[in-house]
Amino acid sequence: MLLSVCLMGLFDFYLFIFHIVSQRNKDIANVQIYMYTPRLYLQTMVQEQILSWYYGVWTLRGSSGNIQIFSIHSFYSTFLLLKMAVHGPFVKIHPVVLASIADSYERRNEGASRVIGTLLGTIDKHSVEVTNCFSVPHNESEDEVAVDMEFAKNMYELHKKVSPSEVIIGWYATGYDITEHSVLIHEYYSREAQNPIHLTVDTALQSNRMNIRAYASAQMGVPGKTVGVMFTPLTVKYVYYDTERIGVDLLQRTRASPTRTNGLTSDLAQVASAAGRIQEMLNTVLSYIEDVLSGKVMADNSVGRFLMDLVNKVPKISVEDFESMLNSNINDLLMVTYLANLTQAQIALNEKLVVL
Amino acid sequence: VLAGRLSTPTPTPHPLSSRAPGPKSSVVLKIIKHYQEEGQGSEVVQGVLLGLVVDDRLEITNCFPFPQHTEDDADFDEVQYQMEMMRSLRHVNIDHLHVGWYQSTYYGSFVSRALLDSQFSYQHAIEESVVLIYDPLKTAQGSLCLKAYRLTPKLMEICKEKDFSPEGLKKANIGYEHMFEEVPIVIKNSHLMNVLMWELEEKSTMADKHELLSLSSSNHLEKSLQLLMDRVDEMSQEIVKYNSYCRNLSKQQQQKHQYLQRRQQENAQRQSRGEPPLPEEDISKMFKPPPPPPRMDTLLIAGQINNYCQNVKEFTSQNLGKLFMAQALQHPSS
Repeated sequence: MLLSVCLMGLFDFYLFIFHIVSQRNKDIANVQIYMYTPRLYLQTMVQEQILSWYYGVWTLRGSSGNIQIFSIHSFYSTFLLLKMAVHGPFVKIHPVVLASIADSYERRNEGASRVIGTLLGTIDKHSVEVTNCFSVPHNESEDEVAVDMEFAKNMYELHKKVSPSEVIIGWYATGYDITEHSVLIHEYYSREAQNPIHLTVDTALQSNRMNIRAYASAQMGVPGKTVGVMFTPLTVKYVYYDTERIGVDLLQRTRASPTRTNGLTSDLAQVASAAGRIQEMLNTVLSYIEDVLSGKVMADNSVGRFLMDLVNKVPKISVEDFESMLNSNINDLLMVTYLANLTQAQIALNEKLVVL
Repeated sequence: VLAGRLSTPTPTPHPLSSRAPGPKSSVVLKIIKHYQEEGQGSEVVQGVLLGLVVDDRLEITNCFPFPQHTEDDADFDEVQYQMEMMRSLRHVNIDHLHVGWYQSTYYGSFVSRALLDSQFSYQHAIEESVVLIYDPLKTAQGSLCLKAYRLTPKLMEICKEKDFSPEGLKKANIGYEHMFEEVPIVIKNSHLMNVLMWELEEKSTMADKHELLSLSSSNHLEKSLQLLMDRVDEMSQEIVKYNSYCRNLSKQQQQKHQYLQRRQQENAQRQSRGEPPLPEEDISKMFKPPPPPPRMDTLLIAGQINNYCQNVKEFTSQNLGKLFMAQALQHPSS
């Protein structure tokens, strides 16, 4: 018992040092450090053994420069057997998964407070990539939970036909907390996949945000006696294919319109909007420069170097060369347009002649 | 009561047609992802759209992809796959009404016989079904390219009768422009999706590739022009065929005419000499008219060429804009 308290003390000391170091070194200012002092959800009560337990979450946000320490010391009375998950800290999620989850939440049966489903994806050495999902019907009441496993198996088979490289890597649930039923469901999924990931999407928008969190499970408890499951949080990253990124950009424009609709714009308008975006970015940069010049903001060398790169990217070409390049390109494009128009006129003419 | 979709359809006026398909954003993302994962190369990927018809709009609420046709085609039953998928989706309250299908395209070359047939069968069953054409290469260049097409009623008539001869088409007075009508697409999001979008915006990194403004696009132009040239070649072949047919037909008419005239002369001569006239032979058997070439293919090719030209023109207009922007950058600061 004393040993475990000492260990916890050392651990805290280590964290403290780390924080000081990160404050000094601005280069890692953007790194979010999730320390693995776990957030404990003790699922099984071990009455006689444990005197107290606590939530211990340490999050150091180096970028914002403040520490949020939620933990209070306490002590364990039992040894913790931690079998940490095999995955590294990253879970990469594609937005298509989140969109499907939101969609299935909207379609849930009356009376169901949350939706669950299976996550499909691929497992890499260091991280897991979630690329697809489907929802599974289930019933949840106070004391029991029923999941339609046949359905899950069927759907997985069907999906496998289309993309044979996807495997079951976990499951998702909407809602904020992890309940006891989650443990049971998680156990079922551990039979399907090793080290399944559990994803929660807070669609009820508690705390005014849609929190998207991922967890991996780890065993804990007293060996031989009561064993419980602990869910350790993992970092969530959003990954896109290029085309997905472009699609998401378009979809994000629906936020602006009042009827939540969005049409697909014509091409020249798209170029104009892209130019508009660059203009905005340039304005931001310019205002920053003005501030620095007038002394309001401290000059930052790294930003200065980026600015140099930016200005040097515009290639220096002599005026005649550039004019000739520009003109030849414009000529090419005009010629192609002319040819296209000519072809269209030809086939229209042909059409009319046939009818005669 | 939260069962069902949160989105409420608001009728907005559209110039082309009153039936505008409104896909949900999840559908769009799924289509993109399907192509990305499965459709490398110039193969098309296909899938089914599900949704329902509300007022005068078509709402597309879900979709699922079709697996590729692989070597072991024999033991794979497409219809069964579809049925099973739809049955399963019904369990999770997803609309299981077929409202159309989607397909990816390579540089815009999708006007083909297969597409026509499939779309015809869909439209025959459900009147408002559309085919969504997703162009991944154009999307990779900067902006989502998703178009919805339906067959015009005239074309539906013709397909029903399967009369593709020139006379039939002439009767219907169809031109290549009247084959497909494009229907404008409106993407709708529910409030929950909007929240999701905000979340994603905060968490994800800036797009570091501004593909839309890149100037190096001659590759795309070359490919498009190549395809255009191929089509024009095919078109000219068809035209030659048709011309030769016309010539043959008119020659035959002439021959028939001549023969008839000779017959009449002979008959007149014989009558003047008092001999019985020669029996009237069956001319139609002697001069069998040559078979007319089917005009449907020509129509399709013409439509395809038109499509290519449109794409090329859009592309050049974009590029011109970009070139002028580059010019503005080069001028000394004024």
